[in-house]
Amino acid sequence: MSFFSQLLQYVFTGVAVGAIYGMVALGFNIIYNATGIINLAQGEFVMLGGMVMISLTTGLKVPMILGFFISVGIVTLIGAVIERGAIHPLKNPSVMTLIIITVAASILLKGGAMFIWGKQTYTLPAFSSSTKPISFGEASLNPQTIWILGIMAASMIVLAIFFNFTMTGKAMRACAANKLAASLVGVNVKLMVLLSFALSAAIGAVAGIIITPVALMDYDRGTMLAIKGFATAVLGGLGSNIGAVIAGFIIGLMESLGAGFISSSYKDAIALLVLLFVLFIRPGGIMGTTGEEKFKK
Amino acid sequence: MNPLLRIEDLRKEFGGIVALEGVSFTVIPNIIKAIIGPNGAGKTTIFNIISGIYSPSKGKIWFKEERIDKLSSHLIAMRGISRTFQNVQIFNNMTVLENVMIGCHPWTRSGFFSCVFKTKGNYKEEKKIYSRAMELLEFVGLADKRSLFPSSLTFQQQRLIEIARALATNPELILLDEPAAGLNARETIKIAELIYRIKEEGISILLVEHDMDLVMDISQEIIVLNSGRVIAEGNPREVQNNEKVIATYLGEKEFVKDKKP
Amino acid sequence: MGKKNLYALAALTGFIVVLPLVIGNPYYLGIFIFWGIYSLITIGLSLLIGYTGQISLGHAAFFGIGAYTSGILSTRFGLSPWIGMIAAIFLAAGLAFVIGAPALKLKGHYLAMATLAFGEIIYIVFNQWISLTGGPSGFGGIPAFSIGNFSLESDFSYYYFVWGIVLFVFLASINLIHSRVGRALRSIHGSEVAARCMGVNTSGYKLKIFVFSGALGGLAGSLYVHFVTFVSPGTFSVMFSIVLLTMVAVGGMTNIWGAITGTAILTILPEYLRAFQDYDILIYGAVLLGIMIFLPEGLVLGVFNIMRKKIILREVEEEKLKLKKSR
Repeated sequence: MSFFSQLLQYVFTGVAVGAIYGMVALGFNIIYNATGIINLAQGEFVMLGGMVMISLTTGLKVPMILGFFISVGIVTLIGAVIERGAIHPLKNPSVMTLIIITVAASILLKGGAMFIWGKQTYTLPAFSSSTKPISFGEASLNPQTIWILGIMAASMIVLAIFFNFTMTGKAMRACAANKLAASLVGVNVKLMVLLSFALSAAIGAVAGIIITPVALMDYDRGTMLAIKGFATAVLGGLGSNIGAVIAGFIIGLMESLGAGFISSSYKDAIALLVLLFVLFIRPGGIMGTTGEEKFKK
Repeated sequence: MNPLLRIEDLRKEFGGIVALEGVSFTVIPNIIKAIIGPNGAGKTTIFNIISGIYSPSKGKIWFKEERIDKLSSHLIAMRGISRTFQNVQIFNNMTVLENVMIGCHPWTRSGFFSCVFKTKGNYKEEKKIYSRAMELLEFVGLADKRSLFPSSLTFQQQRLIEIARALATNPELILLDEPAAGLNARETIKIAELIYRIKEEGISILLVEHDMDLVMDISQEIIVLNSGRVIAEGNPREVQNNEKVIATYLGEKEFVKDKKP
Repeated sequence: MGKKNLYALAALTGFIVVLPLVIGNPYYLGIFIFWGIYSLITIGLSLLIGYTGQISLGHAAFFGIGAYTSGILSTRFGLSPWIGMIAAIFLAAGLAFVIGAPALKLKGHYLAMATLAFGEIIYIVFNQWISLTGGPSGFGGIPAFSIGNFSLESDFSYYYFVWGIVLFVFLASINLIHSRVGRALRSIHGSEVAARCMGVNTSGYKLKIFVFSGALGGLAGSLYVHFVTFVSPGTFSVMFSIVLLTMVAVGGMTNIWGAITGTAILTILPEYLRAFQDYDILIYGAVLLGIMIFLPEGLVLGVFNIMRKKIILREVEEEKLKLKKSR
């Protein structure tokens, strides 16, 4: 294979994976914007999306499209239950408590998944009936990649419409801007927190469903997806959705190019190093270490 | 007399919004000086810059002829500037006594090793810290509460812990950020008394306060701040008769009240 | 150190000394040794998380670094385990310094994520640096400690060796908490800004306690590897970091005694729940979630407080009844 075809091949892989990281980062953003919480269980939503979809379509023979919506629905419900069960009952929780709670939720979901599905790795048939790769010279594009990009774009559009043109979406944005002011004008802040968990679970589930045909799925995927998704969110600027998508592609490409041209054994470390690098180089730009941030509040 | 604290042409921006502009003043030893001004005038910002929590966008600060505007907070505290906070920043995870003992940090030396192995030097130092902290709790009248946790005390008592804690650093200058906010008249008088007693110990006091009666009663010098700029400076009488100040406070009865001699 | 702590420490020491004499079963002795080894890490974590208020989701990495350093030096290089132990401590401490210096400038979620990423990276290195670590299957044949000609191979002697170290570290930590440095650490948890304004070099102290807890992790790793004589990366996954965190949370974060009790509960109890062995993640998740929501002070203190509340409420009710009757 020529260098150029090889490069193109890695770019195709990188874009597909990058789209998923972008969507996980979007999930982080939605909850972060509404609550200031970083939900460390974000990766589990992705894993659950894939797993539930597998059970529905290959186990219960539910048609693809129906299965897609039922899976998203179920994971959305799980997201809501987590918020009601673990976040809602806390009165004035410290950041430390919130971190540990979401970590606990994450391993609880992981454990639940292992209980239901065991430790095997599952696969899902591709969305298109024709699974033949599309050739570009010697490189080939998996049709699922087009599905991934298409569904990602559709999700982005739905989210944009939701946040800009619906009352509930606007209320959530108001919450993000100023909780107190939002509650003063009659926004039910607690409901918005619930909604943000549900919504980010939904987008996580979508990501999980569309990636499973190419990347497979097992109970243990969540943590790594969460860290990489967080790396994406931080690189794109936490809270910024456009940033999340762009950063997703950047990290996806770095990972596939790094794996292809440098070393595949340390592929997973690339996103983590990016995260540490961004956090260490400009922590001030991201979260204001001087304490000014905290004082202004 | 050489000034204790000298601030020159201070400027502070927060993301394009100018909070302070061209602020210059001095604090001489053993004086009570107040900074007054409407909400958002930048009073607390000055405190946060002096104590090193914010770094100034422009300008210089000297403490005893040494530049301190580039130093970090703990080094400034070690030079002899201590403070209290408007929204009480007390250590709720420690007893009242331990809160005050923390204040002794700048002038004590025990490190990890001597603390872990309880060396003789550490033992002696711990005794010194304890007696100094007890002395200060007596000074503010909270000695009997020493083994309680601050959350079980009243707001005023928490303020007093903060003052005792600040005094424990053995400061030459202490910054008090609204020590009388939220207190009733009787408690305010007590605070005024306490501030006098602090001054008698030879310590300079820089004070941010909204209670005009208190400010006019106890301070020898006053700086008036509006929208981040100094609009007047002088003794209480001069400031009260200053037209700019009257214009700024127009309508605020408290200020125009018959304080004039 | 207060009198209460002194008596409690004497009681703990007595308990530890007598324990293997009462329960001679070698299987349980092994579990008690693990209790001691894990306690070393959780004591460090308690100081870092509970007292100083800085989270770490990557402490399994220091444990792993200690284990691999000690294991590799004593097998590949044929060095004495004692040299391995010292190298383990210093390498873990050095790594804690390198990662802690930039990471501890971060707060809250960012620090959590940075330490989590660090733990994952180290875990990946254990798996992938096959020429050194043996990769996913690890390596064995690691010798035990010996003092002169006396080998610490028997569980009985190793138990006292490990617990001697644990009790020493525990005493040192209690001393530390009730000292100038300990107050400084706690003040950082209380209010970092106020601590700095009282002359506490917060970033310096945070780094020091992080390095201390990392060094304890390295020490524990060395003790672990010369006990099980075998090492593979699975032990040092991020999941183990979370298990350690759960131990600290169950015991009660804000109390150093919680580190030892929490570790005891979560080391000994799972042995009785053999049936659930495969689903341990599920149980750890549920326990951690339950503790954080219902008993944030930890199991021991939490239950104690609830009981006390109940007793007080009952007394109040009785007083009310008496008042009614007397009227």
